[in-house]
Amino acid sequence: MDFFSSLRELHTGLTRRETTASELLDWSLQRIAAVDDRVRAFLHVSAPRGDSDRRMGADIAADRMLAGIPYALKDNMCTRGIETTCASHILKGYIPPYSATVVERLDDAGAALVGKLNMDEFAMGSSTENSGFFPTRNPWDLERVPGGSSGGAAAAVASGMVPFALGSDTGGSIRQPAAFCGVVGLKPSYGLVSRFGLVAFASSLDQIGPLTHTVEDAAIVLQAIAGKDGRDSTSAHIQTPDYRAALTGDIRGLRIGIAEEYFGPSVDAGVRGTVMKAVALLEQLGAVVSPISLPHTEYALSAYYLIAPAEASSNLARYDGVRYGFRAVDAENLMDMYEKTRSAGFGPEVKRRILIGTYALSAGYYDEYYKRAQQVRTLIRQDFERAFADVDVIVSPTAPTTAFRLGEKVLDPLTMYLSDICTVPVNLAGLPAISVPCGLIEGLPVGLQMIGRMFDEETLLRAAHAYEQAAGMAPLRPELAMEVKA
Amino acid sequence: MAVLETVIGLEVHVELGTRTKIFCSCATEFGAPPNSHVCPVCLGSPGALPVLNEQALALGVRAALALNCRVPAESKFDRKNYFYPDSPKAYQISQYDEPIGQHGFVEIVVGGEKKRIGVTRVHLEEDAGKLNHSPYGDVSLVDLNRVGIPLIEIVSEPDIRSAEEARLYLEEIRSIMQYCLVSECRMEEGSLRCDANISLRPMGQREFGTKTEIKNMNSFRNVQRGLEYEQERQAAMLARGESVAQQTLRWDEATGATLLMRSKEDAHDYRYFPDPDLPRILLSAAYIEARRGEIPELPARKRERFEREYGLPAYDAGVLTASRELAEYFDQTAQRVRDPKSASNWIMGELLANLKAAALLIDEIQVTPLALADLIGLIEDGTISAKIAKTLLKDMLDTGKDAKTLIAEQGLVQISDEGELRAVAERVLAANRKSVDDYRAGKEKALGSLVGQMMKETKGKANPQIVNRVLLELISGRE
Ligand SMILES: [Zn+2]
Repeated sequence: MDFFSSLRELHTGLTRRETTASELLDWSLQRIAAVDDRVRAFLHVSAPRGDSDRRMGADIAADRMLAGIPYALKDNMCTRGIETTCASHILKGYIPPYSATVVERLDDAGAALVGKLNMDEFAMGSSTENSGFFPTRNPWDLERVPGGSSGGAAAAVASGMVPFALGSDTGGSIRQPAAFCGVVGLKPSYGLVSRFGLVAFASSLDQIGPLTHTVEDAAIVLQAIAGKDGRDSTSAHIQTPDYRAALTGDIRGLRIGIAEEYFGPSVDAGVRGTVMKAVALLEQLGAVVSPISLPHTEYALSAYYLIAPAEASSNLARYDGVRYGFRAVDAENLMDMYEKTRSAGFGPEVKRRILIGTYALSAGYYDEYYKRAQQVRTLIRQDFERAFADVDVIVSPTAPTTAFRLGEKVLDPLTMYLSDICTVPVNLAGLPAISVPCGLIEGLPVGLQMIGRMFDEETLLRAAHAYEQAAGMAPLRPELAMEVKA
Repeated sequence: MAVLETVIGLEVHVELGTRTKIFCSCATEFGAPPNSHVCPVCLGSPGALPVLNEQALALGVRAALALNCRVPAESKFDRKNYFYPDSPKAYQISQYDEPIGQHGFVEIVVGGEKKRIGVTRVHLEEDAGKLNHSPYGDVSLVDLNRVGIPLIEIVSEPDIRSAEEARLYLEEIRSIMQYCLVSECRMEEGSLRCDANISLRPMGQREFGTKTEIKNMNSFRNVQRGLEYEQERQAAMLARGESVAQQTLRWDEATGATLLMRSKEDAHDYRYFPDPDLPRILLSAAYIEARRGEIPELPARKRERFEREYGLPAYDAGVLTASRELAEYFDQTAQRVRDPKSASNWIMGELLANLKAAALLIDEIQVTPLALADLIGLIEDGTISAKIAKTLLKDMLDTGKDAKTLIAEQGLVQISDEGELRAVAERVLAANRKSVDDYRAGKEKALGSLVGQMMKETKGKANPQIVNRVLLELISGRE
């Protein structure tokens, strides 16, 4: 056993007393000590203190799949008493007075929080290079980015530091780093997982989800965090099904749609080929593949880069130095304090998006930008509705390329935004989607994206699981992770 | 110079009488120590989310219906963005273009004439915090207890034509809100607040003049004073040939003047947009009708009914409908007495005087409308005199006992037995020959002295009408 073992295997080890919760925690801390000086996935390691072993040990039972399992969180989820920064200087030193609902649910499930993970500042980015503190590196090639914004989460799982992590996905921020790092990343339907305690980037798009080695692991973690939360008004009244029970391995007759809009010229030929091979495998498994059209896809990025910054400009206005976090010291008056605090506290990408968003909401521009973007959003949603009349799952590449080099796109934000081209429409429509590893190109993982119907995570997970089992490549193990054996 | 017409529109904020805040479960209690009623939600802590208080929605809808507004099946919350330390999220959750109520009106009575003031809209929003100047130095201290207190904002049409009308409109709003149990509307606690827009134009002109906005008029008297001041200030400027600048002014009670807060150039762009944290408000027809069913008979209707049904003068009807509790008290008393006007007289006179002296509210006293009606009945049937009834009412308020019990305890039944009173009168006349002679000599006043003696002999219990008659009969009989 190690952290490339499935959650089921780890759980069995615990119930059979072949290992203990504190031993798993020690593994995790040892691996972090061994590899994280190179990967730099963690912002803070905050392993449980004191008698956690006894507490967790007592809780281990057959029906508690996550009891005693270590995990880590993207640093935009609030943890009571543990610093939560969103990788931003403006929140440096901020200790939340409460925990996010997902953290409470994982606490209740007996999982053990090991630490908080690096990310693009306020989840704005696709490479984790926008972290206010330091970039995270891809465990498959330390000169490359892990993707973003949940780059720390993907890298931590991919390098075996924790068996699972939670990320957040606003325009692809779970799926794209999962693809770049060769792990499974699930973005649930909007409203399935509570956002209470997730520091907001774009409230109508943000959704928390797991990063794991296998689809079954993703189902297990989703089971623990999904479901109605009275503290989040956008959380849906959904009776959560047994997600693992959906993993039958049988996808005969499953109707799969391929949209040409997701295989456009920005998609790397190698990526396209690898994904089409995966589609062929799905067909062999009995799925029926047919072409579909999502005609408004080309407008998705423009709409997303108006709606997300508009919401962000309002969500991030509270970081003013008045109550918590960083405050500039040499201010002469209130306005000066706001300006100096925000100028010094936010990084360039966050400032860029606040400016874009403020502009899009300004009097005289609202109709032209924000309102039109919302209209486009409706068209994109309708595209999917029409497509899902004929198919059960839509398949595409997760990202147009494999992981790029650090620094390669930093100076060219528009090219960077293009990495989100396959993932952004899904957030605009609120749909569930998953990225599953489907091969390697020149030693770098490629992700296969599957998109499901609203709240139909069962079909989505079933399809992804059937593919994963047939492809037989999970879990992917980067060379870096082989160095350290349990 | 042409005769000028004053045009006023009011923006009234009413605090909804919920136990907890509009988007979290913090208490709304007034006067708590600074920052003691706060939580991650109302503090705007990163990651915290608002959840709408159902009671606030229900009261808001009830208020909108009571102001004769149309309540649409769908409305929504928006964010009003601005930077200021009183707003921890840096935006206020409010309603911009789809409020819970629109196209309503309020009726006021001006100089005996009914006048309808249009209500443009009623919307739900959260209150902001309070900045206090620190006693310890040149800094401001922020108290966030008020952040998230539920409010409705009631925006009037520019239908108001004088400072007096503005005050009457505001008083009517207060009364309606109190009747509906939407709010206690205590201006001194800030649970009723009023801003005004005022402009002047030549009589007969259709276009509006340039308006100023006046804030901080925190009592009914100040609303009238502030608007009267601003009306004169604008009129004087126009008379001098100057033009009025579009400004926001603050009413300063101490100096009795309006002071500049900001001019038009400093106006904010609030960048309103739909709050993505709150789903659209969807109200079923049944829900709206249920809220309508919660609205009692409102003060204007009640005034009319009291005049019609009980034959009260307009003045009495106005006084008795000032609060829902008083009106109900009168209503229940009046139904149980022969002459409703006597119930009105007793309540407006003796009862309110006693309440005022004891600083009590009508719903805090032990005398029920039934007990008061019984007391009035005892006067009507001659059991007790009005004078004794006044003393009894005080005792009833003090002890909670009813009139009959007190009369029995104190032996206060009025003496209406003619034989008994005739015997007393003969004694009195015999002992006061001079007064009898004076009366016969034409000094009418002398009769009063004899009546006084009768009352003294009977400890005030003699029926005054019979006393009068018996005395006159005996005096004339002796001629
Ligand atoms: Zn609160």
